[in-house]
Amino acid sequence: MLTDILAPTHWTDCYQCGKCTAGCPVAASLDMAPNQVVRALQLGNFEKAMTSDAIWACVSCQTCSTRCPQSVDCAGIMDALREVSLRCGLASPAQQSVVAFQNAFLNNIRRNGRLDEIELIAEFKLRALSSERSLRFLFKDAGLAPQLQKRGKLHLRGKKVNDRALVRRIFERCGDGK
Amino acid sequence: MKLAYYPGCALHGSSNDYEQSLRMCLGKLEVEPQEIKEWICCGATAAHALNHKLSIALPARNLALAEQQGFEELLAPCPMCSMQLLKAAKLMDEDARLRADISTVIEGEVSGCVRVLNLIQVFQRIGLDRIKPAVKKPLADFKPACYYGCLLTRPPDVVKFDDPEQPSSMEAIMAVLGAKPVDWNFRTECCGAGMTMAKEATVLELSRRILADAQQHGANCLVTACPMCHVNLDMKQHDIEQHSGAAFAMPVYYLTDVVGLAFGISAEELGIDRHFVT
Repeated sequence: MLTDILAPTHWTDCYQCGKCTAGCPVAASLDMAPNQVVRALQLGNFEKAMTSDAIWACVSCQTCSTRCPQSVDCAGIMDALREVSLRCGLASPAQQSVVAFQNAFLNNIRRNGRLDEIELIAEFKLRALSSERSLRFLFKDAGLAPQLQKRGKLHLRGKKVNDRALVRRIFERCGDGK
Repeated sequence: MKLAYYPGCALHGSSNDYEQSLRMCLGKLEVEPQEIKEWICCGATAAHALNHKLSIALPARNLALAEQQGFEELLAPCPMCSMQLLKAAKLMDEDARLRADISTVIEGEVSGCVRVLNLIQVFQRIGLDRIKPAVKKPLADFKPACYYGCLLTRPPDVVKFDDPEQPSSMEAIMAVLGAKPVDWNFRTECCGAGMTMAKEATVLELSRRILADAQQHGANCLVTACPMCHVNLDMKQHDIEQHSGAAFAMPVYYLTDVVGLAFGISAEELGIDRHFVT
């Protein structure tokens, strides 16, 4: 399954020049550098890559894929690893905040068709609370609300699309029919 | 110029100052982008990170809507949206089976006839020779650091726009406005993107580096065409300063703000008074 989804990324062509890692804006804080993630795959150590923190810390800036002399789509590899890691329940517990945010985002779109920012923040905070375990985290951004309100940037209810049933059908057909 | 408009979630959410600025600015050039009816979210990072098929289907649905509504050109001012739309179109162009599959998923056809444009491309399409005569107040005091971020130029095989390492299209527009863009190093570095809530520390550090480099190179403002970059560099700037001890007080403008100011539109009409750093 993982190798199928990885196929378009040309992951086997990597010759470990390290250019991806040299340009990666978050490389210094990763448990595995981008080239190490690719190497783990080449050595058949799929689980090591899928349980890494790195795949969730990646900011999807596309610098690695842009600079790769072998046209390996390293950012695409990160996407594939995140998708399969989540499906197999292998996502790093230390990265639950990112996982919670991305899940909350997709749930929001499934329900509304478009993003409802307040709903997103509320769902994200509640989902992430179990791993962050602090009230400080829960209310950290609350001070922003009046600031946004003052600037006409706070929308208590987002505009939903009319045909939300179609949006749900699209999600179901993509294997996400919660 | 008949132009479809795909605002995306940000421009209808907390980045609605970008939409205000864009409508005011393009209005002066007699371009009125028409919002695609029933558009849905492109899925952004959440879709491409968690569900590859969804990351094609969601943008494809919007391309199908634009086609059905008779458009041939589409403005997606958010670089994340425009990249996702272009990526879906490219993947379907390369794979007839995928195109058929996606058309079943979204209950609509995407023939591929709609040309997706980012904001800079719309200015290029209008023509810098038409923008120049509209300049009423040349921006002689502006020394902007033109900030492209990630997705205007990357991945290059998808967006096919400007140079991914040394872009210059925004600087060309600045020159027409009479501004003096600075030469600096962080034009295509990442601001931390959608990690604003989930990994704040990443955003604080990556955005700090961008502000610091712009400041070191003598910029007195940043110019961006991305709503997410604007959030991280403007809304979070106070947090960045508190966290790092640096002092920037660097205004961050949308590209349409700067063009609009040069056209003589007021800061209030453009929504610049709604930014955090003013």
